[in-house]
Amino acid sequence: MADYKFNPTLKVDDITVTYNNGHTAIHDASFELEAGTICALVGVNGSGKSTLFKSIMGFIKPIKGAVTLSGMAVNAALKLNIVSYVPQAEDVDWNFPVLVEDVVMMGRYGHMNFLRIPNKKDKAMVAEALEKVGMTEFSQRQIGELSGGQKKRVFLARSIAQEGQIILLDEPFTGVDVKTELAIMELLKEMRDEGRLMLVATHNLGSIPDFCDHTVLLNRTVLAAGATADVFTPKNLEKTFGGVLRHFTLGGDDLHDDDDARSLSVITDDERPLVIYGKETKKSKHATSDKDEEA
Amino acid sequence: MMAEFFEYLIEPMQYAFMQRALLMAVLVGLVCAIFSCFLVLKGWSLMGDAVSHAVLPGIVIAYILAIPLSIGAFVAGLFCAVATGYVKENSRLKEDSIMGIIFSGMFALGLVIYLKVQPEIHLDHILFGNILGVQAADLWETGIICIGTLLLIILRRHDLLLYCFDQAYARAIGLPVKLIHYTLLVMLSLTIVASLKAVGVILVIAMLIAPGAIAYLLSNRFSSMLIIASSVAVGSSIAGVFISFYLDADTGATIILTQTIIFIITFLFAPKSGILRNKTAI
Repeated sequence: MADYKFNPTLKVDDITVTYNNGHTAIHDASFELEAGTICALVGVNGSGKSTLFKSIMGFIKPIKGAVTLSGMAVNAALKLNIVSYVPQAEDVDWNFPVLVEDVVMMGRYGHMNFLRIPNKKDKAMVAEALEKVGMTEFSQRQIGELSGGQKKRVFLARSIAQEGQIILLDEPFTGVDVKTELAIMELLKEMRDEGRLMLVATHNLGSIPDFCDHTVLLNRTVLAAGATADVFTPKNLEKTFGGVLRHFTLGGDDLHDDDDARSLSVITDDERPLVIYGKETKKSKHATSDKDEEA
Repeated sequence: MMAEFFEYLIEPMQYAFMQRALLMAVLVGLVCAIFSCFLVLKGWSLMGDAVSHAVLPGIVIAYILAIPLSIGAFVAGLFCAVATGYVKENSRLKEDSIMGIIFSGMFALGLVIYLKVQPEIHLDHILFGNILGVQAADLWETGIICIGTLLLIILRRHDLLLYCFDQAYARAIGLPVKLIHYTLLVMLSLTIVASLKAVGVILVIAMLIAPGAIAYLLSNRFSSMLIIASSVAVGSSIAGVFISFYLDADTGATIILTQTIIFIITFLFAPKSGILRNKTAI
């Protein structure tokens, strides 16, 4: 990893963001993240996740408070090419005439001269990034010819080639199979161990404790922020999601024929769980995804 | 046989006005083609439509003020683009509705002033161009604008492309997104101004969309898209100039019809996306 003078940190200090049409998307929101962190950003649609992303990338200026990246104002930090972004799949035009290789090369633009002519190092970094995400053999494919998981990996490779230190990921797991999900999580952990900071907006509640050491719960403001172990509690989640969250509790009577009174709780956001306990299947109302839980 | 074919090519070129028309058509075709790739990818085709209509009042007012018509056209075109952006940011309307109001309003204003002032320029020539009447000075003006625009686009194509592809990422890595946005708008207005003499405000829209649309169907890489679009446009310009000479047809319209025919063929037979290809594949 190249030496960076700037320790990647992110500080959101009491920001309020109001759009031109008068709509206040976030108010009085604060949290702080250090280098070597993967932080989950959790909230319902419309809770201000994308507004928060936009403020971190300088698309909108908060009317109150400030975002600080590595101790600098947003625009100064962006110019140093330390911020990276992995877009949501729906935000990408997959028919766009670019090859996998071209997309990853975009990560090098900030390092190139005015004419963006890649040198040896740029090419090597692109090859290395593709290798790292296991997409080398697809480098000459048009991006629309890839599977959901492969698409995600290409955009992750772009951030790796960029040597981005503060990386924003928007729903990196939608449309991704379980195997790729685990592979992406491993990659993110590796990048965390290299000292980078990652902020991941996700609806995939089940996997957050597996790879996010920090969690920020958002609903128009920061409801809770801190270590995942402290923040990611059923009580906080209920506060975050209100009635939107599906919450199933299977009590002792449903689970077993003895006097054991313990119950099993399943909390889920968008994904619909299938809960299997013992041999009998207790289905939640819309059960499709496979999650194995033991009480 | 071959000799006869050459005769067909040489005959029109004996006239100086045909030589100028050919050069003009190729220049305008090329710059519009390169630009059309960005318009198609960015989803800005309607923006091209809007800006080209909006230049009309600029031309008429420039005539009244006795300043070069192209300056008036450029200012009016840019005003339309910028005003669209401003209204969009400050209202809940979608961009296409706003553009529709602004450009038709400006076009109407242009018509009203035109009929009041009765300038010596023909309305027909503004609307549909007058490529056979192109003078050497027009060629110089168009040539300078075209070469300037082409150079800027070709040298900065990577940033422009990234802006079209993934604006958020462009912003995240510190590219001047606003500057790129306005550069594109300025170049769009310039391209339209440069094309006015050749094809006019109505037909320029076709030249700003068709080559890019054809190339989009045929390519999976941006560099090949640029090459295909330019080849289609230059080829259509040359074919259009000669065919119109022998058919005694309107030159601008013939060029655009040629592009349209190429589009239809591509739509039907493109290797990956052609509808007839797909039917046989299934």
